Amino acid sequence: MTEAQLRTFNINFGPQHPAAHGVLRLVVELDGEVVERVDPHIGLLHRGTEKLIEQKTYLQAVPYFDRLDYVAPMNQEHAFALAVERLLGIEVPKRGQLIRVLYSEIGRLLSHILNVTTWALDVGALTPPVWGFEEREKLMIFYERASGSRMHAAYVRPGGVHQDIPQKLVEDIGDFCDGCLRQLDDLDRLVTGNRIFKQRNVDIGVISLEEAWKWGYSGVMVRSAGAAWDLRRAQPYECYSELDFDIPVGTHGDCYDRYLVRMAEMRESIKIMRQVVKRLLTTEASGPVSSTDGKVVPPKRGEMKRSMEALIHHFKLYTEGYHVPAGEVYAAVEAPKGEFGVYLVSDGTNKPYRCKIRAPGFAHLQSMDHLCRGHMLADVSAILGSLDIVFGEVDR
Amino acid sequence: MDETLKELGDYIAASRGEAILGYEVAYGELNVRVAHDAIADVVAWLAKDPKGGFVSLVDVCGADYPEREKRFDVVYHLLSPARNLRIRLTIQTDDVTPVPSITPILPGANWFEREAYDLYGILFVGHPDLRRLLTDYGFEGHPLRKDFPVTGYVEVRYDDEQKRVVYEPVRLNQEFRDFDFLSPWEGTDYVLPGDEKAKAETKPS
Repeated sequence: MTEAQLRTFNINFGPQHPAAHGVLRLVVELDGEVVERVDPHIGLLHRGTEKLIEQKTYLQAVPYFDRLDYVAPMNQEHAFALAVERLLGIEVPKRGQLIRVLYSEIGRLLSHILNVTTWALDVGALTPPVWGFEEREKLMIFYERASGSRMHAAYVRPGGVHQDIPQKLVEDIGDFCDGCLRQLDDLDRLVTGNRIFKQRNVDIGVISLEEAWKWGYSGVMVRSAGAAWDLRRAQPYECYSELDFDIPVGTHGDCYDRYLVRMAEMRESIKIMRQVVKRLLTTEASGPVSSTDGKVVPPKRGEMKRSMEALIHHFKLYTEGYHVPAGEVYAAVEAPKGEFGVYLVSDGTNKPYRCKIRAPGFAHLQSMDHLCRGHMLADVSAILGSLDIVFGEVDR
Repeated sequence: MDETLKELGDYIAASRGEAILGYEVAYGELNVRVAHDAIADVVAWLAKDPKGGFVSLVDVCGADYPEREKRFDVVYHLLSPARNLRIRLTIQTDDVTPVPSITPILPGANWFEREAYDLYGILFVGHPDLRRLLTDYGFEGHPLRKDFPVTGYVEVRYDDEQKRVVYEPVRLNQEFRDFDFLSPWEGTDYVLPGDEKAKAETKPS
């Protein structure tokens, strides 16, 4: 009699699974309950964004970026705007920069709240999402009050932001900060010390710093592995260099550290928002919010009623758009999920020749096999939660 | 910043000799053109060399220039966290010449190379698992090539009689509209036919 035949199980995790955070199909090979191999199949939400952007003018390309990481839309637009601005060589006025920073941090809060709470849901906690989504709702209303849309804002545009925000809105965002801190404290008390949450996440999905770099990790994923690497500090864009904030760093590189880094980062985001609100109400209370270069930024409605030149500019900018000088740039921002980059090739016409979108989630998700090997099946959803993936940006 | 990049470019060109075809610094970024069969060596060297330290892979992507003899660019973005520098490596290839894969050196390149293969048809040799990534199972063609139509070739719908999803050739109710925007905005001479004669006549008198 030979030894008992070993047989591995193949199971399909998804494409429709509540813990898959979207349409992900994971083919998991199991030996009993131990994961032997994970093969993620992505592309179920592929919309050909890069191909479509090649057909559109630079301004028309902006809304596609909202639909990538639809949890924090403005951070993506920001990367594209930075790339176009660098090619055009235009400066954004200070007030515009501050508004961009303010909304980038709101985006970070939106994304981290969603991730932390739904991840807690994946490992068995039901209350955190209910509490967290209340805060998200308030933040989305801030989006709406600035841009008219709760999610797909198209607000950060090459040259600055679309419209100025009223003083009342800035004050309301300032008032929101205190309440949000209290909510975070509540969330902290509920999840951080929770025995089940710890059992499911401590020492799960460990990655060393050296491996993290090799796998193309960025953002929270490298910070949890011990590198104080944040593009807002290391390669500052906008006015981040003038703002005071700390970079939370983990030590173990496991799922639990990623959770702690995200929680700490939310507090830092609120710290930044407070500083920005203060400046928007005092030193930068008025002024242009976008570049005054009439060949790139369309004129305001009021001007168009009086100035012939403004009318012509408006017509030309919304039909033909502006021509961007030939060249190639790579612009990256510290999006909530990591380094979100745009590699833009221009051939001197009004449409991008090539626009490669470098999504952080894409790089993180490919290491699923590496992270999950040898773990239990139940850890797969904890690891997936800790990677913070959104399929809008992974599949593009 | 530009000086540091220039120095680095000089250093790379001097150390790697024939593998480097040239480099330039533009828009505050260093762009190094590499011989296509040397890319894996250059990436491995950049990661190990103490003056480089480009241990982090940021991005690998393709780009299509159909009018060129070697139509594809493969563009690598690397990051050196120790020196806080970025570098862009570019190689040229066509749809039959395979490129050495850098996945054995930087495992993060795995999906990026699969994506480049999927969307452009660029072949990578030494890649552990070169399958399609983003497109549909059984998809044909490489959609990001410039000669691939935006609308694609096939569309899918659920067929109630066959009780399954069927593929059909794309039928457009309205032709795809592609406007010519290359007409100049301003600063051009709008030449009226026959107008030059008037000028020529007035000058002598």
